Amino acid sequence: MLGWLLGALIAVVLEHYLGDALADIVRLPKIPVLFGFVIMLKKPLLIPSVLIFVLLIYALPIGAVARLSAPVANRLVAWLFKFPTIISVGVHLGFLYAILHLWSDISAYRVLTLKLTMIAIMVTLSLNVVNGYMGEFSCSHPAFMALGAYAASVFTVLLFAKDKLFGPALLPAALGPYLFPIALIVGGLVAAVGALAIAIPSFRTRGDYLAIISLAFMFIVKSMIENLEIVGGPRGLSSQPNYANLPTVFLWTVACVWIINNFVRSTLGKALNAVRDDEMAANAMTVNTKKTKIVAFLFSAFWAGVAGGLFAHVLRYVNPGTFGLQKLAEVLAMVYFGGLNSVYGSIVGAVSLSMLGEALRPLEIFKWIIIPLLLILVMIYRPTGLVAFKEFDVKKLIKPKNKQEKEV
Amino acid sequence: MSLLRVDKMSHDFGGLRAVNNFDLSVEPGQIRGLIGPNGAGKTTIFNLITGIYKPTEGDIYLESKRITGLEPHRIAHMGIARTFQNLQLWRHMTVLEHVKMACYSKITYGLIGAFFGTPKRQREEAKIEAKSHDLLKIVGVDHIADQVVINLPYGDQRRVEMARALAIEPKILFLDEPTAGMNPEELIQMMEIIRHVHRKLGLAIFLIEHRLKMVMELCTMIQTLDFGRVIAEGTPEEIQNDPKVIDAYLGKEVVL
Repeated sequence: MLGWLLGALIAVVLEHYLGDALADIVRLPKIPVLFGFVIMLKKPLLIPSVLIFVLLIYALPIGAVARLSAPVANRLVAWLFKFPTIISVGVHLGFLYAILHLWSDISAYRVLTLKLTMIAIMVTLSLNVVNGYMGEFSCSHPAFMALGAYAASVFTVLLFAKDKLFGPALLPAALGPYLFPIALIVGGLVAAVGALAIAIPSFRTRGDYLAIISLAFMFIVKSMIENLEIVGGPRGLSSQPNYANLPTVFLWTVACVWIINNFVRSTLGKALNAVRDDEMAANAMTVNTKKTKIVAFLFSAFWAGVAGGLFAHVLRYVNPGTFGLQKLAEVLAMVYFGGLNSVYGSIVGAVSLSMLGEALRPLEIFKWIIIPLLLILVMIYRPTGLVAFKEFDVKKLIKPKNKQEKEV
Repeated sequence: MSLLRVDKMSHDFGGLRAVNNFDLSVEPGQIRGLIGPNGAGKTTIFNLITGIYKPTEGDIYLESKRITGLEPHRIAHMGIARTFQNLQLWRHMTVLEHVKMACYSKITYGLIGAFFGTPKRQREEAKIEAKSHDLLKIVGVDHIADQVVINLPYGDQRRVEMARALAIEPKILFLDEPTAGMNPEELIQMMEIIRHVHRKLGLAIFLIEHRLKMVMELCTMIQTLDFGRVIAEGTPEEIQNDPKVIDAYLGKEVVL
């Protein structure tokens, strides 16, 4: 794992320093932004040069470095493995961040795509807790995002920004970045309170009720915000301060993955699976099913709210139209594409669908034929998604790969 | 003082009286049987006592605490564990996870522990994991602890369900047809397990069974149920020779 990370790091460093020169040599107008997909689709004539570029910058260094550094990396990992897991994890995450940072340094477009992808990971994961782990069908995650986005935005705009809706800032702007986590948590909590309004009536029974009630809730929230003049109504809310930079989004995403993964692997979290597979048996085996369901639903809504808050601050503008059926379809697609009941699956689904969405952008309308087609194929051949029912074991991921090393 | 006492319990499904004035008293360490033809209301009685249905009339006491109408998970936590007639296992979970799940009400690390993986959580999870392995050894399925239950043969699934019920640390164990669908060999093994569990943990056991051989061998006291009503109660010998029981099972003897 570390070897691959090293390889990717070298690749992005190469791109960082040599990218422009190489792009010149193979006669590309600039560095291909998303591994050249966009350019290939726009100007088919440039395909060979793009391929050369991708091969030279990414494939070759990653492959070569990963191969060559494998023994060294393995020894290093084995050595790190003796320390508490957190240090080893920290080192890996450090590398990952360095890669993402350098990669996205090339263009602002990459930064934005990356941030949105990470937010998509958070939302997908939070929805997977309900739809995958708990086996209910929630349609209200866009609404939770909206609640989170608006609550967090009102918090920051009111306190730290000059705005025509809320007047001048109440607190010095210097405090802003420190209080930003609080804004996000407030956003999450507001979403969780909203979730409570759904949970109380709909968890009395099982089945389709949650889907219907949550769908209704989504429309209620959307039209409520549209009619609230205080937050700008349908025109939306803007002038959020620029707090959601790449490290912030990255850290929140890591925290989200870590906490949700912890939760679903604990016996308390496994209770969700028990409720899904046989609620009566779960109840007879001392599991407090009602509490389990409500807690999980609120928890899931909380993270959707946090993701919404980040979303608002990444775009620095929100309007209620964003959080409609389209968003719902997008998130549901990510969950089911990636795989139910699996943290891996959510990450895979969110990353692949958001990247595909960006890469196929030049195809315009055909994008909406290709992506659903892919989804249908996945549903036919792997009905529960690409990597469903797979546990995300951090320890396994960072363990040295070589068998001999493992015994040491 | 009896461990479990049921007082004049009745239950209606709409206009149908499924259970009529049912009385029961189970002493600590006793093995008791409940027999009766199909549709007599045996499983309904289990569901009433374990809280899945609420009785229309009557009361249930566990160690002289009234438990009528409590939620199933509360009743289970107080010490009534059960298995199900048609194996209600969680299809996506492993054997070990099943047994750990039944320790749910003993977990004290709370949500904070679940979210952040605190040392307390590690300790508790390790503890219930060790306990689960012990229970799996008792029923003899520890070697397949990491397998998903739907891949297991039927007999092993029954054992898993038994281990899961035992993880609650019950005072009384309800077995709903523990040998349904088993071949004779598996039947003997299951009887061994029940005896073993009874000796080792000193549980009271209340079981529904169709195979009279098993009931006669295991139980010290048997009730016979027909159309929701107890028609006979006594030791295996008494029951075996009771004409009313024979009637209920075989129909009235017609003298030609």
